[in-house]
Amino acid sequence: MPSTSSTTAQPVVCVRNLHKSFGSLEVLKGVNVEVHQGEIVSIIGPSGSGKSTLLRCLIHLERVTRGTIEIEGEPIARENADGHQVVFTEHQIRHRCRKLGMVFQNFNLFPHKTALENVIEAPLIVAKRPKSEAIERGEAMLAKVGLSDKRDTYPYYLSGGQKQRVAIARALAMEPDIMLFDEPTSALDPELVGEVLGVIKELAAEHMTMVVVTHEMGFARELSDRVIFMDDGSIIEAASPEKLFTNPDHPRIRAFLEKML
Amino acid sequence: MTYLLQTTWYILQGCTITIRLFVLTMLFSLPLGFVCAVGKTSKRKSLTIPLEFYTSVIRGTPLLLQLFFVYYGLPLIIPALRFERFTAAVVTFIFNYGAYFTEIFRGGIQSIDRGQHEAARVLGMSYRQTMVRIILPQTIKRVLPPVSNEAITLVKDTALVVVLGIGEVLRNSKEIVSRDFTVTPFVIAAAIFLVLNYGLVLVFKKLEKRYAVYE
Repeated sequence: MPSTSSTTAQPVVCVRNLHKSFGSLEVLKGVNVEVHQGEIVSIIGPSGSGKSTLLRCLIHLERVTRGTIEIEGEPIARENADGHQVVFTEHQIRHRCRKLGMVFQNFNLFPHKTALENVIEAPLIVAKRPKSEAIERGEAMLAKVGLSDKRDTYPYYLSGGQKQRVAIARALAMEPDIMLFDEPTSALDPELVGEVLGVIKELAAEHMTMVVVTHEMGFARELSDRVIFMDDGSIIEAASPEKLFTNPDHPRIRAFLEKML
Repeated sequence: MTYLLQTTWYILQGCTITIRLFVLTMLFSLPLGFVCAVGKTSKRKSLTIPLEFYTSVIRGTPLLLQLFFVYYGLPLIIPALRFERFTAAVVTFIFNYGAYFTEIFRGGIQSIDRGQHEAARVLGMSYRQTMVRIILPQTIKRVLPPVSNEAITLVKDTALVVVLGIGEVLRNSKEIVSRDFTVTPFVIAAAIFLVLNYGLVLVFKKLEKRYAVYE
């Protein structure tokens, strides 16, 4: 790639020919995705279609079987012209994935740390920020998700919605350029979904680049710039929400949407 | 009355051996178990295979046999490994309890949800940081009850060193029993073990309470 190419046109996430197998089971069968700065991309589709695996490959929670993934132009997986995968060191991958933040379906908060301790852990230990600075930013992040009063509360005493908001604050504290959400509201009671989606909407208003795997069709439709429909390890269609939700090309999408509504 | 006091005093002198053996064993076998458990949960075969051998052999053979082996057997094979009685006992106990602690800690480490590793990873933490900051602190809370069990067993197992002729609580009481034809010394010995273990139970209760703050 010539270095003179315009950086604004370059996608922040670029996935080419991504394959992922677990043993003999092929979960991703050659996926291509580009996400641009400030874009919000929702990934929908039936369970087992590979949505979560795709997201997990982006942040290297899963080792890619074959293909290329670039985060802001830097590869975390790369397939050579001869079809071999380039081997990157743990350190390189960890460093490059720092631009990504991730929020899980099951929150995965650290139970032995308070809300604030959860949020400042990585800034202190990974980014090696001074303690006062980390606390200041941590408190700001908790305020952003509306949980300043839960600063010293352990996760056990928080509701699902509050846990997920702390998890979002924790990811944001590392100042990621791109946020990945893996079914962020799937483990929540219905009445708690709104508060989490509200926080994500706020991030959208600030033009955070986001990739969201979701079953919330209303959310995908309202907020996304682009919706990707996956089935059986492949992307069936990627289009604007209006197009995909009202007039999809593929009958499988129509069948899926009918079941969801 | 003076007889009872004298007897108790004599048996209590054996207590220093019991307590020394207990403290030294805990002091070294806990870290040993910790390190071996981390090794055992790694993916390196060069670590897991020898460690599996270690815990299988130690847990699969009697402690009494191990005591005999270290004190009487080892010097025959490697003359440099001729230990004084008490040292032989300490070495045996450390490796024996280390094996049990290895398995307890391994179970504890593996009981921590995968999501904890993943959360740490996506925040950019290294394997080492993840273990030290996230996994091991949670493991400690979970292994406290089985570790307290082992500690109580250890107090009682110290009586086994009687076979090496070390003058601990049981040996001292046995001496008086054979001298005076009375079982009182055995009752006193039992009471001493009970008191020691009761103290231990209190300590572990306190620890468990301290680690209970977060759930």
